[in-house]
Amino acid sequence: MTSQQSERTAGHSRAAAATTLITGVRCYGEGEPVNLLLRDGVIAEIGAQVRDADAEVLAADGLIALPGFVDLHTHLREPGREDTETIATGSAAAALGGYTAVFAMANTDPVADNAVVVEHVWRRGREVGLVDVHPVGAVTVGLAGQKLAELGTMAASAAGVRMFSDDGHCVADPLVMRRALEYSKALDVVIAQHAEEPRLTVGAQAHEGERAARLGLAGWPAAAEEAIVARDCLLAQHLSARLHVCHVSTAGTADVLAWAKQRAGGAGISAEVTPHHLLLTDERLASYDPVNKVNPPLRASTDVARLRTALAEGVIDCVATDHAPHAPQDKDCEWAAARPGMLGLQTALSVVVHTMVRSGLLDWRGVARVMSERPAEIAGLPDQGRPIAVGEPANLVLVDPEATWTVRGAELASIAENTPYEGMDLPARVVCTVLRGRVTAHEGRIRP
Amino acid sequence: MRHLLSAEGLDLAAATAVLDTADSLKQALLGREVRKLPTLRGRTVVTMFYENSTRTRVSFEVAGKWMSADVVNVSASGSSVGKGESLRDTALTLSAVGADCVIVRHPASGAAHRLAGWLDGTGTCVVNAGDGTHEHPTQALLDAATLRDRLGELAGRRVAIVGDVLHSRVARSNVHLLTTLGAEVVLVAPPTLLPVGVDTWPVTVSHHLDAELPSLDAVMLLRVQAERMHGGFFPSAKEYSLAYGLNQARLRLLPEHAVVLHPGPMLRGMEIASAVADSPRAAITDQVRNGVHVRMAVLYHLLAGEEAVA
Repeated sequence: MTSQQSERTAGHSRAAAATTLITGVRCYGEGEPVNLLLRDGVIAEIGAQVRDADAEVLAADGLIALPGFVDLHTHLREPGREDTETIATGSAAAALGGYTAVFAMANTDPVADNAVVVEHVWRRGREVGLVDVHPVGAVTVGLAGQKLAELGTMAASAAGVRMFSDDGHCVADPLVMRRALEYSKALDVVIAQHAEEPRLTVGAQAHEGERAARLGLAGWPAAAEEAIVARDCLLAQHLSARLHVCHVSTAGTADVLAWAKQRAGGAGISAEVTPHHLLLTDERLASYDPVNKVNPPLRASTDVARLRTALAEGVIDCVATDHAPHAPQDKDCEWAAARPGMLGLQTALSVVVHTMVRSGLLDWRGVARVMSERPAEIAGLPDQGRPIAVGEPANLVLVDPEATWTVRGAELASIAENTPYEGMDLPARVVCTVLRGRVTAHEGRIRP
Repeated sequence: MRHLLSAEGLDLAAATAVLDTADSLKQALLGREVRKLPTLRGRTVVTMFYENSTRTRVSFEVAGKWMSADVVNVSASGSSVGKGESLRDTALTLSAVGADCVIVRHPASGAAHRLAGWLDGTGTCVVNAGDGTHEHPTQALLDAATLRDRLGELAGRRVAIVGDVLHSRVARSNVHLLTTLGAEVVLVAPPTLLPVGVDTWPVTVSHHLDAELPSLDAVMLLRVQAERMHGGFFPSAKEYSLAYGLNQARLRLLPEHAVVLHPGPMLRGMEIASAVADSPRAAITDQVRNGVHVRMAVLYHLLAGEEAVA
């Protein structure tokens, strides 16, 4: 096929895809199968008898339709570490993982602490077009925790930044955090805190407890997270500001959040948990293989159990991947020299199904809540996490609940290939992702 | 034995075998003018030290040479490691040039485990000569050999390990090995120098040295490193020494037969009084001497297979 022909073919299929008919799908895994007619980016019709002769038909018998997933916590590594991930490859991973919107963290090089960088990320995301890429702005200049970045300028930029975080670093200075929370109120944005008291985690390598003690790995105490979360909840409530807590990893943090949310004026506090903290424990550290190194670290099984119930109860609002690709040389080394972080976008749904659905803690409506609706609300995205209903934006994911697949890092869309899930059999598979009526991923392939 | 990565990985049979071999080698060398056994002739042993060490490196080197192995010493500063080569590449290089055994000391806990993984299938074995704050198994073996010399079998004996347990690979290895050999271990330290989670170890924990001394068969003192002294783990060197230092008055609280051990290097006047270090109760130079025999035994078990000792 010549390039001209292929262009024409692609153009033709794209035109046809302006109308898509999804047949035999069960919305939220409930009720009888229906057909969904997607036209002009919205859900035009829903019903058992809906037909359209001109539409591209997606047979979805046995599949479940959910609103497209929203990830509040992704590292796309561009600009700066394009050897590990780019906005293009990360967007592909997101689409294949069922995501229709991702928030790209600010710890790039250069740091996304100004309008130029956030607009670049936003624009690249639009060009790639597989997922809505929303840049997260840094809270402080250079993630240094000292001087507020120009939050207002970033919020008002073309990127329309809605979330700010120094993720990777904690805004540790209580006064700087107070100012950030307070200042953000005028912008209607949310401050997302990486909760880690740095004085308690100097040199920390692993969850402080029995296993780290035995392995001789410097401890990262749960209290270093819990103390910051408690402080920030108190500050946010005192200031009537909004606070989002990144990657909750301990049972104690869940308790603090439950307490804070119960208090008068508890509105405005939200929290996320990563798939890996719902599944993996520090038992994995015995091999000293840094694919298991992540920050905050893998915790004890008691923490994992509590995080699952907290997510089910709504104490923790949502799942966010903390997708963090790293180059092989930064993982294939001794533990202390390795960088923390793991891939997450393409395994998130399966891990959530494995830990939350198969255990009976969440139904599919619950999955929609924690992976789409709540994160969209937290970030204030009006067109994401919407109900599957006529007139709503056609941001959807079709899931095969019965499938099982084996994770192979080399087969994932990210440039980085190392993953703690390597060789693991996981349940449920994303079959199709639809962004504003357009199929972005289908049967494990990207549709650019 | 494929590698020697940790004392935790040694069962009673394996540990006893190494200690018995060390004993036999010691006897075999006793009174010889030429201290050289042909056992490892043609074998290449590489020491790879990423941390400064005199006694451990020299001890391994002598052990290899007394067994007629070719011993090559690599130091991190004088090699391509200094140019930023990864641990993995260095290990594969050493294996490719024909190292039968790599003896590694590294500041990262688990470095020896990682090395063993990368060298899997190459036939090169790995000996952990100290990895971060994790383990130092040959130190525990030489301590056990020294205690066996002085006390006989260790089953039922009570041994205190005193000092910076939190950062000590010597302590971790000794906890595992002594427990495996049937001894009872007491850790004596201020709470700031004990790891969170120590309550799950097969030991008893005490903060009062004086109370423990009368019931001990041996006391092992750990060096207090300078960075701990300034790290706020305890108020002052003086207060530490007063509470946990083994001075002459405390020596008198020990039973007559009890042995004093120190892995070195010692800080005289800090964790151990000079007179105690030089007293006949101290077995500190015996530890160094036994270190060579124990390391010979380890190399023997790794490289010479299961045949009887020459």
